[in-house]
Amino acid sequence: MTTRPDVIIVGAGIVGAACAYYLSRSGMRVTVLDAGFAGGGTTAAGMGHIVVMDDSEAQFALTSWSQQLLDDILPGLPPSAEFERCGTLWVAEDEPQLESARAKLLFYGSRGVHAELLDAGGLARAEPMLRPGLAGGLRVPRDGVVYPPAVARWLLDEATRAGATLREGVAVDAVHGRSVTTPAGRLEAGAVVNATGAAASKFTPGLPIVPRKGHLVITDRAPGFCRHQVVELGYLQSAHTMDAASVAFNVQPRTTGQLLLGSSRELAGWDPSVNRAVLSRMLARAASFMPGLARLPAIRTWTGFRPATPDKLPLIGAWPDVEGLWIAAGHEGLGITTALGTGSLIADLIAGKAPGIDPAPFAPGRAATAVH
Amino acid sequence: MPDAGASTMRADIVVVGAGPAGIAAAVAASGAGRTVVVLDASPRPGGQVWRHRDRASLPSVARMWLDRLDRSGATVLCGAQVVDAGPGARIGAEYQGRALKVEAQAVILATGAQELLLPFPGWTLPGVLGVGGAQALLKAGMDVRGKRVAVAGTGPLLLPVAAALAKAGADLRMVAEQAPPEDVRRFAVSLWRTPRRLLQGVAYRASFLSVRYRWGTWVRRVAEMGGELIVTYTTGRSSWAEPVDLLCTAAGLVPSTELARLVGCEVREGQVVVDGRQQTTVPSYYAAGEPTGDTGMEAALVEGTIAGLEAAGRGSGEAGKLKAERAAHRRFAARAAAAFRLRPELRERVEPDTIVCRCEDVPMSAIRHGWSGRQAKLATRAGMGSCQGRTCGAALEYLVGMARDTVRTPLAPTSIGVLADLASHLDESQGAS
Amino acid sequence: MPGTVRILVNGRSCDVPADVSLAAALLNAGHAAFRRSVAGEPRGPVCGMGTCHECRVTIDGVMGRRACLEPVREGMQVVLDA
Repeated sequence: MTTRPDVIIVGAGIVGAACAYYLSRSGMRVTVLDAGFAGGGTTAAGMGHIVVMDDSEAQFALTSWSQQLLDDILPGLPPSAEFERCGTLWVAEDEPQLESARAKLLFYGSRGVHAELLDAGGLARAEPMLRPGLAGGLRVPRDGVVYPPAVARWLLDEATRAGATLREGVAVDAVHGRSVTTPAGRLEAGAVVNATGAAASKFTPGLPIVPRKGHLVITDRAPGFCRHQVVELGYLQSAHTMDAASVAFNVQPRTTGQLLLGSSRELAGWDPSVNRAVLSRMLARAASFMPGLARLPAIRTWTGFRPATPDKLPLIGAWPDVEGLWIAAGHEGLGITTALGTGSLIADLIAGKAPGIDPAPFAPGRAATAVH
Repeated sequence: MPDAGASTMRADIVVVGAGPAGIAAAVAASGAGRTVVVLDASPRPGGQVWRHRDRASLPSVARMWLDRLDRSGATVLCGAQVVDAGPGARIGAEYQGRALKVEAQAVILATGAQELLLPFPGWTLPGVLGVGGAQALLKAGMDVRGKRVAVAGTGPLLLPVAAALAKAGADLRMVAEQAPPEDVRRFAVSLWRTPRRLLQGVAYRASFLSVRYRWGTWVRRVAEMGGELIVTYTTGRSSWAEPVDLLCTAAGLVPSTELARLVGCEVREGQVVVDGRQQTTVPSYYAAGEPTGDTGMEAALVEGTIAGLEAAGRGSGEAGKLKAERAAHRRFAARAAAAFRLRPELRERVEPDTIVCRCEDVPMSAIRHGWSGRQAKLATRAGMGSCQGRTCGAALEYLVGMARDTVRTPLAPTSIGVLADLASHLDESQGAS
Repeated sequence: MPGTVRILVNGRSCDVPADVSLAAALLNAGHAAFRRSVAGEPRGPVCGMGTCHECRVTIDGVMGRRACLEPVREGMQVVLDA
C-alpha cells in the first residue's frame, strides 16, 4: 500500500457514508470499511423519515441543519432514493396531546419551520383513514421520506467518485486512534472514524451506546391510503421510555404505494428475531389509529437495532481517550434524518474548520465525563 | 384488538401440507392414537399430484389414501394458509379470513415442492404457465379445449401433464424435453427395474402419439403477437418459431422450504436436512416428501408414514421395511435427477432486460454477480414483493448462485389484522401485556 | 355434475361451474391477464398453486388474494386490475 488514507471510516451505514461524502469532498483521502455491505445494517431497518425534531435545541439544530443539507443534494439523488416531501402529521389523541402540538407549533414557528395546527376536522381531512374522535394534529409540510439504503449507496458512490475507497466484507477486529486491525493486518490512517452505529461500543469501550431493537412491517401496494408520515404524539413518550418494550403508531406512505409501519422499541441485546408479542402490540396500535390498516396485506416483517444513547443525542466528534479517534454513532432512531449533519460536522472537525452548527452538545466525551 | 378474530386448536401433531406426504403422515399418526390437524392452502386435500375437483376421477391409489384420511379422524383444514410459527410446535395460519393458531407437540412439514421457473425473454406474458402450473389449473377447471398448447420442460412430470392436456381436449403442438436424448434414453432403459413406472410412461406417451415429443429441445424465447404466443424453440443447433395459445414451461421442481427456514431447520442445498426418522434439526419438527429432496409420490407416502409414526412415538415397529422402501425410491429419484439435470444453455437465455423478479419487475441487468439475496433486495427490490422471492430467489440461486435471503413472517401475505392476532397468540411465553 | 354459481368480475356477472378455482373461472371467461405489474405489464396465473403470486386479484374488497387458491363462491365480487 503506497497511499495511506487520511481517514478510515469503519461502518458503511448512512452515517459512515455521509462522513465519507463530506470528507472526500473536502479533499481527504478516505477508506470506508464495512463487515457486511453498505447500508445493510441499521440503515436498512430505518423508516427513512426526514423529520425536524424539537426535543432539545441541540436536536433541533442537528435535524433542521441536516434537512437543509438534504435540500442541497436532492437534485443529484437517483429515483431509487425514493425521496418524497410527504410531510409529517403528528396526531393528538386528546386535549393534553393537542396542547403539546400547540407547544410544538410555537417552537417550530419561532425558529422558522413552517407547521400547521389542525383541529379534529382538519385532521380528518388531512388523513381520512384515521379513526374518528381524535383531537387534532400538527402538520409539518417540509418533512419527508427517503429509502435509506439507496441514499447511503449514493453518498458512497459520490465519495468514490471524489477518490474514496469502499471495501465491503472487511470485518474490523479493533479500532485504534490512527489505525484499525483487520484479519488481513493493520491499516493506518491519519484519523479513524467509528461509525458502526449500534455496535460502536464493541470497538470503542466506554461509549454509552446500546442496541435498541425495533420492528417494521411493510404492506403490499395500496396507493392513496395515506399521504403523510403519520405519527402519534405519544410516540415521543415511547421513544423516551428506556425500560420495557414500548410501541407507537407510526405509518409512512412509500413512493411505491406501500405502507411502512412502525414502531417498537425494546432492549433485547442483539437478538434479531421477531418478538411476536411486541409485533402484535405494534400492529394493534396502528390499527387502532387507522382501522382500515387491519385489512391490508402485510408482506414482510423485519427488525433492526437503533444505536441508543442515554441522553438521546448522538456522539459526534473526537473521542478524548484515544488520539486520532473520532466517533459518529449513537443516533438512535434519527440516523437517517441526521446523517448529513453528522457527516458535515465530522468533516469540518477533522479538517479543523468551523462546523455548520455548534458541536459541543454532541461531544462524545460528555457522556464519558458523566459516567466517570 | 388482537384476540378479536383469533381461534386456537390443540392437537398432538400438526401436519402442514395435505399432499401424499402429509396425508400419509396424518393417517399414520392418527392410527397411532394421536390427535392430528392438517393444514393446506388449497381448497381440497391431495396436494399437487392428487389435486382434483371430483374424487372419482383420481387414480385408485389416490382415492384409497384420501379415504384413509377421511376415516383417520384427523381434522383437515383446507384453505388454511400457514403464515407464522411460534416457539415449540405452534403454527399460525390464516383460515377463512381469520387467525388460527394450532398448538401441538410436533410439526410435520409436508410442504411439497414448487416449480423452478427460470427467466427467459417473454416468460412474464399471460399465457405462459408452469408445467405443473398448467396441470394445477387444468385440475382446478381450466378449459383447454381446442387451445394450441406447447409443453416444454424437463423430467418425469412432462409426460403426465402432456397426457392430461391432450385428454382435456387441448390441441397439443409440442412436447419438448430439455435433457439430451442419450440421458433420457439411459433413464428410460433404467426403468426396467421398476416396470410399473415404465408402463405408466408408455401409457402417457400413447395418449398423445400424434404429437411431436422432442428431446434436447427447449424454449429460447416467446413473444406476443396479435393475441398469439410465438414460441422460439431451439436444439442448440437449429431454432424455429411456432404460434400457440398456451406455453407450459418450467425447469423441474425445487423443494418448498420457507416454513422450515422460518423455524430454523437446517436446509442444505435447498433441501431440509432430516435424519433416518425424518426428524429435522429443530426438535419436534419432522419433514417428509419433496422438502427433503426426495421426489415423487411413492417416496412421499413412505416418508410421510415414517414421519407420522415417529412423531407419534411409534417409530420402531414398521420402520425397517419402510426404510428399505424409502431407499429404493431415493435411488429412483437420484437416477431421474441425473438424467434430467439442467443444461447450461437454460442459464444463457436471460437477456439484460429480461425481468427476473416478477413482483417488482427487476431486470437481470440490475443484478450483480456475487451479491447475496439480501444485498440484491436492498439494491434493486428483487425479492421484495408479494411472493417474497419464492420465484426469483430460486431462479437467481440457480442462475448466479445467489444465496437466499432469510424468511420472515408472514410466510404469505396476510392482513395486518390477522398478523397481529397470530403474533399475540404465538408468543404467549413473552406475555402479551 | 356440479351446479353453477354467479360471480361478479369487474361488476359483470358471470356464471361458472361451482367446483372450479377462481383462477380457472377467470381464464375460462377470457381473462388472460388478471393484474398489471409494477411497470404496467399484463400478468396472469403461472404456478396454479399459490407460490408465484401473479394471479392476485381483489375479492370482496380484500386486495392481494391469490385466485388460484380461491374456490368460486356465489356472489363473489372480483376486481381485476388489468
